[in-house]
Amino acid sequence: MPDKVVKGTEAAYFKKIFKGKAFSAFISALLAIILGLIIGFIVMLSAHPDKAATGFRAILTGGFISLGNVFYFATPILMTGLAVGFAFKMGLFNIGASGQYTMGMYFALYAGFTFRLSSPLHWIICILAGFLGGALWGLIPGLFKALLNVNEVITSIMFNYIGMYLVDMWVQENPKMYVAATSRTAYLPASAQLPSLGIENSSVNVSIYIAIGIAVILFIILNMTTFGYELKATGYNRHASKYAGMNGTKNIIIAMAIAGGMAGLGGAFAILAPAQIAGSSMTYEPINRLAANGFNGIAVALLGNNSPLGIIISAIFISFIQRGGTLTSKYGFKPEIIDVVIAIIIYFSAFSMLMTIVAGKYLRRIPAGISLLFRKMPGR
Amino acid sequence: MEEYIIEMIGITKEFPGIVANDDITLRLRKGEIHALLGENGAGKSTLMSVLFGLYQAEKGEIRKLGKPVKINNPNDANALGIGMVHQHFKLVEIFTVLENIILGVEPAKLGFIQKKAAREKVMSLSKQYGLKINPDALTEKISVGMQQRVEILKMLYRNNDILIFDEPTAVLTPQEISELMEIMRGFAGEGKSILFITHKLNEIMAVADRCTVLRKGKCIGTVNIGETTKEELSRMMVGRSVSFTVEKAKAKPKEVVLSVKNVSVASKTHKNLAVRNVSFDVRAGEIVCLAGIEGNGQSEVVAALTGLEKVSSGKIILCGKDITKASIRKRSKSGISHIPEDRHKHGLILDYTLEENMALQRYWQPQFSNAGFIRKRAVRRYAGHLIEQYDVRSSQGPVTIARNMSGGNQQKAIVARELDKEHRLLVAVQPVRGLDVGAIEYIHKQLVASRDAGKAVLLMSFELDEVMNVSDRILVMYEGEITGELDPEITSVQELGLYMSGAKRDRAKENENAG
Repeated sequence: MPDKVVKGTEAAYFKKIFKGKAFSAFISALLAIILGLIIGFIVMLSAHPDKAATGFRAILTGGFISLGNVFYFATPILMTGLAVGFAFKMGLFNIGASGQYTMGMYFALYAGFTFRLSSPLHWIICILAGFLGGALWGLIPGLFKALLNVNEVITSIMFNYIGMYLVDMWVQENPKMYVAATSRTAYLPASAQLPSLGIENSSVNVSIYIAIGIAVILFIILNMTTFGYELKATGYNRHASKYAGMNGTKNIIIAMAIAGGMAGLGGAFAILAPAQIAGSSMTYEPINRLAANGFNGIAVALLGNNSPLGIIISAIFISFIQRGGTLTSKYGFKPEIIDVVIAIIIYFSAFSMLMTIVAGKYLRRIPAGISLLFRKMPGR
Repeated sequence: MEEYIIEMIGITKEFPGIVANDDITLRLRKGEIHALLGENGAGKSTLMSVLFGLYQAEKGEIRKLGKPVKINNPNDANALGIGMVHQHFKLVEIFTVLENIILGVEPAKLGFIQKKAAREKVMSLSKQYGLKINPDALTEKISVGMQQRVEILKMLYRNNDILIFDEPTAVLTPQEISELMEIMRGFAGEGKSILFITHKLNEIMAVADRCTVLRKGKCIGTVNIGETTKEELSRMMVGRSVSFTVEKAKAKPKEVVLSVKNVSVASKTHKNLAVRNVSFDVRAGEIVCLAGIEGNGQSEVVAALTGLEKVSSGKIILCGKDITKASIRKRSKSGISHIPEDRHKHGLILDYTLEENMALQRYWQPQFSNAGFIRKRAVRRYAGHLIEQYDVRSSQGPVTIARNMSGGNQQKAIVARELDKEHRLLVAVQPVRGLDVGAIEYIHKQLVASRDAGKAVLLMSFELDEVMNVSDRILVMYEGEITGELDPEITSVQELGLYMSGAKRDRAKENENAG
């Protein structure tokens, strides 16, 4: 309909910023967070009117008390967030991050207890094993979807349970791994633990850097490679991608395996984290419970608009308010209150489409105003 | 003073960077068929969207029977009796026809839909206006023609008496078009007022009383159809004279490029075969047209050729190589270009930018990718080149999201992409659907140029003008079989029509198929 573009001028530059998809996604996430916090505050008011303000301050600022832990807890959900977000770019809803996470964790544990290696090599092998475990658990629903057209939501939910029960069974059957007395896994050898970043009272370790690095790599894959081009094309329009000769079957399988691998890495990073007490390590308790970090990944991905870079920020943010949330118990709040607040934020970010439209409507006027300063009136 | 049922006075609607409607005035009389004519992107759809409440105009006023009204949304429009059949239908595909018609105004008692009452009203409307429908069919399964009748019934069900048709004939077969014209005349006859958006001059001459012409967002004028000619209208619309006949020399067919041998294709909607034992050749340097009424197997033949669907038996040979079982990519590499029938479903990724869509068939080639990375600068340059060469208009050039482009320009982008791709065989399905005369002229010229450059062209079209003017040889399909092979030079439109409707079939051809 319109004819020519305002090219290369300052107006176009501002237009780019204000009309960019990433920008409006960011604004809508911000709106979701603000609305979520406001309503969360109201919930807190209704629970303990007198302490709501102090508790709310704890949520907002508590994370600063231990930034190390913010990053430590952000790492696994960053990975599961990538697991959900990456698959979503292809139009697949990977709800199986939890099972993939557990499977990755088990593979990492297995490598940690089985191989006798020295430090850098051992934990690197453990991380790779974690990737492999998760990838396998993503691959299977991928195969079902690609070859038999079985809905990935259903298979991946089932594989959450299959994975969890299998891992719990395997752990308890493995005497090297399982200590019946504590009903938890044994301590991992130090060589299998990830190098700590040396922040006091925190298990934060190199994996946060690895996770952020992987997110950047995924961003590059999605936006700069032919594979990413095909992946997003298939996600947007399956028919057109078929018309263009893309191999949907192959791409679905690869995408689900990569997504599973991301969640598997999350499980590996969580269990391989260094302990703060020498001679100990993180342990796993096989009590037939699905890993919550897998489901938190859905929240992280949604808030991050399924973009790898957005997911880095949303994972850190969610971890941040979760840390703050745990402090509210000091003021008599149940820690569940923070889950409620997060849930509300997620609820609003699910409206991101709407938010984007609202944000877009008002923001569009800004560049028009600015561009008037730079542009002559168009000829009539 | 004359009484107008709807007046749009001095409407101005701006989008960032462009004035889509610039001080446009349109007056609709009661009981008239008023055509709104203009090229793609002239602002017709925008103007109608303003009337229907989808957009708010910055300036101007809408009056009904002389009284100013405010239309903030389609519900307001509906309350004023304004109904619209959109170019791309707004139907819920997994609902039945009946459910779609009553959607939003379901008669209900205690929360239960009174389907019986609704069905009676719908069926009586259907009978009264000759709008044949099957109320219980799933919408996704019915033909485009019936979907449109469903849209029309939706308006009637809501007792609308100002009816907007946005390019209603773009998707119809010739028979359906003449039926629709009849129906529109019927509506006008009983006092309903019709706004008819189109860029097909024949239809305007045939059915409209008056015509308002838009060009580049401005109103060029309103004329009485009785006092004007096609040539005059096209000059008003395009701003220059346009030729309606396709100029081409006699075809000089050379070697066989495509050979289809005894191909059958299973149907998706019924148990019988959609294509039955079809054989034909297309040679380099000729345009062969697959003609026929929609739903007689032409689409399935094309799907089998391009690899979108499997054949159940038979062989497809391209340049001597058997491609019956080849992948779509392999066929594309072996030299098939394909302008698909449904540009939104197959032709474009609407959420991708124009430049990303331009690279859709070629992104994997070394020119556009390097070690798995897309060479964005090469894509940008290539898209820019195609945009200029084929005059594809959009608000932001190569970075425009395809969804935000007008239908005609989306089609131009696809045509540009497929013509520019290296190919031996061009399969063009309804290539000018939804385009204006200027663009049609251009694309037909391109098809002929492609032919003259030694390409084989297989054209599938429902439009008789296109079939007769562009093709060198016509294959008529009826009920999944090729029932006639005609030479457009010596065949009359009437005879073609007889073949298309199945009243006449070519004995020799039938025997050949059987043997």
